[in-house]
Amino acid sequence: MEYKDYYKILGVARDADKDAIKRAYRKLAHKHHPDVSKEPDAAERFKEVKEAYEVLSDPEKRAAYDQLGSGWRQGQSFEPPPDWETNFDFGGAGGLGGMGAEEFSEFFENLFGGGFRAGPFGGRTRGSAWGGGGGYAARGEDQHARIEVSLEEAFHGGHRRIQVSVPARDAQGRVTHHTRNLDVTLPAGIRDGQQIRLSGQGSAGPGDGPAGDLYLAVHIRPHPHFQLDGKDVYLNLPVTPWEAALGAKVRVPTLGGPVTLNVPAGAQSGQKLRLKGRGLPGSHPGDQYVVLQIRVPKPETEEQSELYRQMAQKMAFNPRSQLGV
Amino acid sequence: MPKPPRPVTGIVLDERTVYTLGELGRASGLGADEILYMVEVGILEPVPEQPRWCFTGASVSRLQTALRLQRDLGINLEGAALALDLLEEVNRLRRRADLLERQLFG
Repeated sequence: MEYKDYYKILGVARDADKDAIKRAYRKLAHKHHPDVSKEPDAAERFKEVKEAYEVLSDPEKRAAYDQLGSGWRQGQSFEPPPDWETNFDFGGAGGLGGMGAEEFSEFFENLFGGGFRAGPFGGRTRGSAWGGGGGYAARGEDQHARIEVSLEEAFHGGHRRIQVSVPARDAQGRVTHHTRNLDVTLPAGIRDGQQIRLSGQGSAGPGDGPAGDLYLAVHIRPHPHFQLDGKDVYLNLPVTPWEAALGAKVRVPTLGGPVTLNVPAGAQSGQKLRLKGRGLPGSHPGDQYVVLQIRVPKPETEEQSELYRQMAQKMAFNPRSQLGV
Repeated sequence: MPKPPRPVTGIVLDERTVYTLGELGRASGLGADEILYMVEVGILEPVPEQPRWCFTGASVSRLQTALRLQRDLGINLEGAALALDLLEEVNRLRRRADLLERQLFG
């Protein structure tokens, strides 16, 4: 397993006091919290920060960790000292309320894993994302996963094979992970950021308790042409100056296939035209908005330049009149 | 060849999915008094004009986020409610900025 340099992760000196560690944790937690940060690796970063704080904020765990010495580098291959278990007993430490068993690194599990074993598995009633609050019938923990889908998949719906790593505890209370394959139905019209709740697909319950749920957070990958705003789809559509000036029927791609759009005469750049119901499907389907962008061709020949000069002569047009010049 | 898994269908937590108070309690492990408090501080908003309290799927996501913020960042639920509203606003503005940027710069 890899050594974790908790001081480095929090960016504090090895002799930092309790308050400095707390401040560093808070600052990094605000920055990397997956509900706040938009960085794709936010969840990973936050997990590391939280684990580091879990150890360094607890005097016993910190003292034990410090005994490993300062000669280790982050990511270095590491085995716990052979007498570790006899010297330190974290079996009764507990105090990790609300932390999902799946959330800490192998390094942490090996050194401090005992902390998790305090209390029966079902003692913590609900999954970590629910904050571990409550006090109800023992049920397996909820699991959370993220799936990325293409915009086309979101539009048409479909199936997605996913692998989820579900933690469970064996008879000795050790956390084991087993991988489960699921074929998840993606409903047509799912939107970015929405969750799919799969009842009973989370961690197994303790004893006869029911399994928790699996929540899949859907993220729609950016598309080269289309953009999303909720269930509405936006598309930039380049048009020629004469199409905009005279009006035209043009072919426009939509997620459901190309359609013909009427560009009204006198259309302007930035003008938004609505294709009703061509957005993401649903009981109230979204719309597609086509944003016109007039592209001006560069004159390539003397004849083409002459056309522009004729326009300059024959068309009285001052686009800057509103600026008073 | 391993047997292909059977297709599973979940519930999309959107505005069409409606949870009763009891269902939300079972899904979250929270008691009725705790859910009442979530409504008081503005984390949850019951679907309007219903004889009995019910909540949309989107409010389930809000509740989960609020509890994570409370647990991980040590903020109280009033603060979490404010953070949620601000996060929604930030996300709306980000989307808007992305759209406009793409319209301007292609």
